[in-house]
Amino acid sequence: MVTELPDLMPVLPELLLAVGALFLLMVGVFGGERSTPVVTGMSVAVLTVAAVMLIASPGEGVTFGGAFLQDGFSRYLKILTLIGSGLAIAMSVAYARNEHFERFEYPVLIVLATLGMLLMLSANDMIALYLGLELQSLALYVVASINRDSVRSTEAGLKYFVLGALSSGMLLYGMSLVYGFTGQTGFGPIAAALSAEGTSLGLTFGLVFILAGIAFKISAVPFHMWTPDVYEGAPTPVTAFFAAAPKIAAMGMLTRIVIDAFQPVGSDWQQIVVFVAIASMALGAFAAIGQRNIKRLMAYSSISHMGYALVGLAAGSETGVEGVVVYLTAYMAMTLGAFACILAMRRKEGMVEEIDELAGLSRNNLPMAVLLAIILFSLAGIPPFVGFFAKFYVFRAAVEAGLYPLAVIGVLTSVVGAYYYLRIVKVMFFDDPAQKFLPMPGELKVVLGLSGAFVLFFSVFAGPVVALASEAAKTLF
Amino acid sequence: MTIGLSHYLTVAAILFTIGIFGIFLNRKNVIVILMSIELLLLAVNINLVAFSSYLGDLVGQVFALLVLTVAAAEAAIGLAILVAFYRNRGSIAVEDVNMMKG
Repeated sequence: MVTELPDLMPVLPELLLAVGALFLLMVGVFGGERSTPVVTGMSVAVLTVAAVMLIASPGEGVTFGGAFLQDGFSRYLKILTLIGSGLAIAMSVAYARNEHFERFEYPVLIVLATLGMLLMLSANDMIALYLGLELQSLALYVVASINRDSVRSTEAGLKYFVLGALSSGMLLYGMSLVYGFTGQTGFGPIAAALSAEGTSLGLTFGLVFILAGIAFKISAVPFHMWTPDVYEGAPTPVTAFFAAAPKIAAMGMLTRIVIDAFQPVGSDWQQIVVFVAIASMALGAFAAIGQRNIKRLMAYSSISHMGYALVGLAAGSETGVEGVVVYLTAYMAMTLGAFACILAMRRKEGMVEEIDELAGLSRNNLPMAVLLAIILFSLAGIPPFVGFFAKFYVFRAAVEAGLYPLAVIGVLTSVVGAYYYLRIVKVMFFDDPAQKFLPMPGELKVVLGLSGAFVLFFSVFAGPVVALASEAAKTLF
Repeated sequence: MTIGLSHYLTVAAILFTIGIFGIFLNRKNVIVILMSIELLLLAVNINLVAFSSYLGDLVGQVFALLVLTVAAAEAAIGLAILVAFYRNRGSIAVEDVNMMKG
């Protein structure tokens, strides 16, 4: 029997990451702890090269027997994920130096998790999706407990592992039912079987389980319980990474599976997504009000932002998916900027995480206070910052799809959410100054500057970004 | 009585339910949670193999083999995290996983 090698051009960035991660692991193992800076630098380089490959070579197509699909949608979100992971590694450098956290495993695990995310975004088959998701999740469980001498970090890892494994189990159970009732695992064949045979009870069960499993991964209500604890317990650079890249990959994966595989039963998943979106927006807005720890606050903030992104998905239309893509872009820029500030909250005695520690920041460090205030305004969805445009696109899609109540609830919850973002701005500008923070490390300044510029000047270059997003959305339909 | 597809699906559903309850009702020991997770994945495997044989399609069995492989990796990582937690906390009782309240 002659076996032919599958077409490897579309998977070139993934191959690079896989080989790169193994190579970096070898460098780390043979070099010991001293090699950490080298491994960190090289892992950022590997992620950058993969992103450049994605930008430069439009190696689109289907390969591995239809299991792997490279198209405009996956390329856009992959580039976003790679940027998020790369910046998250860069942001960990100063923290690692100051907190005695220099472990070469950390960047290697992030590269492996990123590889899993890219595979998730390209999955065109339930088996490929599951394997990509597990590659990502297994690396993330370890990353959450990377600070193995800290009881909080290991507890965060343990909680994340238990709930993540439970969600994988639910996702798999749903997949097994869908496989049984359609006889297919590929997304295209599933859609074909669904439009030919229509829906059945077993299939609806399968769909619900799949959506529940993915809702865990994007921390949407009612499967959000792990988020605040994991965000608080994990080391702060890890939290920054968790908030940015995996959310984008899981959201892209969810979008692809409901649009590509379950479009014929659109009304079935649409009501679930509407419910999850409303619950996430509301819980994210109300539960964050009482938080004093800024990492927990960001956890609730990310829950509500995933709710807003789901509003676009609930519309199920091309404009809806475009809204999701724009929202994810904006969300990543704002989150990375906010975490650059949180990572800069550092005094001689160590890191601080309480919101009150930001008191009077405008008098201690005006540029940081202004940029953080802009990012917080943007997270609240106040024009002319990027958060407003992102919300505008998803709500427009919901209104166009006739989901008026959803759009109205979304606007109301963003008003509630504005309260806790603006409270931080008030603490920074009007309270008596707390003790000064240590000077901000250079790489955090760069990330904060980039994110602040993106947030502030989005209205200037909104045209090209939205054009790219709509091109990405078009390939799904 | 012939054993048909529905019997297998029932067994799998029961195992899956036991697994879910094992995770949520158990207040004693984290190891029991790890065992419950294995139970969930085994329920899925029974489902996949039963459907595969019913449909006469091999993909389900390939899927089951991949799930088995990943389950092994998952158990290894779970136990490793548990050992790291035990070293810091000195206990693996579920009520001691409580440093952060969420």
